[in-house]
Amino acid sequence: MINLAEVLETNKMILEENLDVRTITLGLSLLDCIDASLAKTCDNVSEKLLRYAKDLVKTGDEIGREFGVPIVNKRISLTPMSLVGAACCRKPKDFVRLAKTLDRAAKRLGVNFIGGYSAVVSKGMTRADELLIRSIPEAMATTEHLCASVNVGSTKTGLDMDAVRLMGEIVKETAAKTADRDSIGCAKLVVLCNAPDDNPFMAGAFHGVTEGDAVINVGVSGPGVVNHVLRHSCRGESFEVLCETVKKTAFKITRVGQLVAQEASRRLGVPFGIIDLSLAPTPAVGDSVADILKEIGLEQPGAPGTTAALALLNDQVKKGGVMASSYVGGLSGAFIPVSEDQGMIDAVNAGALTIEKLEAMTCVCSVGLDMIAIPGDTPASSIAGIIADEAAIGMVNQKTTAVRVIPVAGKKVGDTVEFGGLLGHAPVMRVSPFSCEAFIARTGRIPAPIHSFKN
Amino acid sequence: MKKVIITVVGKDTVGIIAKTSAYLAKNGINILDISQTVVGGYFNMMMIVDGAACRKPFDKVGAELAKLGTDIGLRIRCQKSEIFEKMHRV
Repeated sequence: MINLAEVLETNKMILEENLDVRTITLGLSLLDCIDASLAKTCDNVSEKLLRYAKDLVKTGDEIGREFGVPIVNKRISLTPMSLVGAACCRKPKDFVRLAKTLDRAAKRLGVNFIGGYSAVVSKGMTRADELLIRSIPEAMATTEHLCASVNVGSTKTGLDMDAVRLMGEIVKETAAKTADRDSIGCAKLVVLCNAPDDNPFMAGAFHGVTEGDAVINVGVSGPGVVNHVLRHSCRGESFEVLCETVKKTAFKITRVGQLVAQEASRRLGVPFGIIDLSLAPTPAVGDSVADILKEIGLEQPGAPGTTAALALLNDQVKKGGVMASSYVGGLSGAFIPVSEDQGMIDAVNAGALTIEKLEAMTCVCSVGLDMIAIPGDTPASSIAGIIADEAAIGMVNQKTTAVRVIPVAGKKVGDTVEFGGLLGHAPVMRVSPFSCEAFIARTGRIPAPIHSFKN
Repeated sequence: MKKVIITVVGKDTVGIIAKTSAYLAKNGINILDISQTVVGGYFNMMMIVDGAACRKPFDKVGAELAKLGTDIGLRIRCQKSEIFEKMHRV
């Protein structure tokens, strides 16, 4: 039988160490909503969303109250809209109309984000893919809850460099269109390589075509819990003790996610998909992946040893998590967004952490260069270069990588940008001033990498 | 409302168990097990209860117990037992 110490431990995690379930995400296929008429497609999409997701928020809140664990976000991920709109959208404005339909539905349902304004163009773009991509700036400027993502490459297909170049321009344009709000449009836009079909986390969530009609995916969190355990029982201990502790803690955190996912699946009558066992930080003090790295023994993230410490952390989180759930998927690993993690922000302000070091860190963790504010005058070609670098890391290492940078209009290195809420605030970071324009101007693809001779 | 864990945490004072149990008895909630400890003047108690005969919905019992706690300066939480079983048992 459960004893007092165990009950107190769980409640301490929830009440003092920010343990929460970060998101219950309902994945929904919209393939059956496709129609040659734009108006009919919009109607079909609205109707299906309201039918399937009407109880999502209510059910999430109920589960949260009954188990006494906060379920922070209730979200929806959709079939990539470039597919849904392919038959009826003739110009970018048509896609924007679909975007507004989704945003209205999100508002009505009370979800905080709806993802899937996406195109998967790993090898090439259809006309609809390109139209959707070109509509992103306007769509991000005129909606509140919609998230956009574009997958520009994979290990199997190589990198679509035409899409990479275009995304450099689209990121800039999105920043310009939302210049009056510190370019916040870019905080809802991510460029991926090897994007998973079942990711519950925004902004990269979409419901891939390999998925069923509807599915419940759950993202857990808990950097504060890991940090607290390490602080109280692991100082000066060996790597074996450290790894064992992280693993056990990840198991406990993930089990809560598994419980919530099963309950949500049962109550909503929607099959359970996966648990994403990520350590997802928030701007709240103590809920930081950077603080864990410090606790492992670094003065600041960015110090020599950071990549090794992060690799260790990421691996142990997965090892503990897979024991706790039979279906693990999504991005699963430690997230290192800058603006959403107070410890990362402090490291940047202290001069310890640069984009180049963050790039190295993304080789060993999920997901990529995330929520990084850069100067507003960064050229589109340099942004495309950053995207290409990250995508190459993902392609060669057979992992998901992503770029969510915000070239904040009118801001320069040293300024701070306030996004608010879970998106936090960010110091504007330096980008290499050297040009990659001639590289990015080349057309075509980077071929898929060889899978032997691993060095 | 099946098996539920009620936790009471706060500064030790006279009548904590009496007040909590009185509420539970009034609402037909059966106490299966109680354990408690006082560390540094702070009272920690856990009750495992069976609410199958209780006619109030879970949310209402949770809110009323929380209110009872606030009135006597304690934090009373009401949670379904699965969260603890899942987390601490393989």
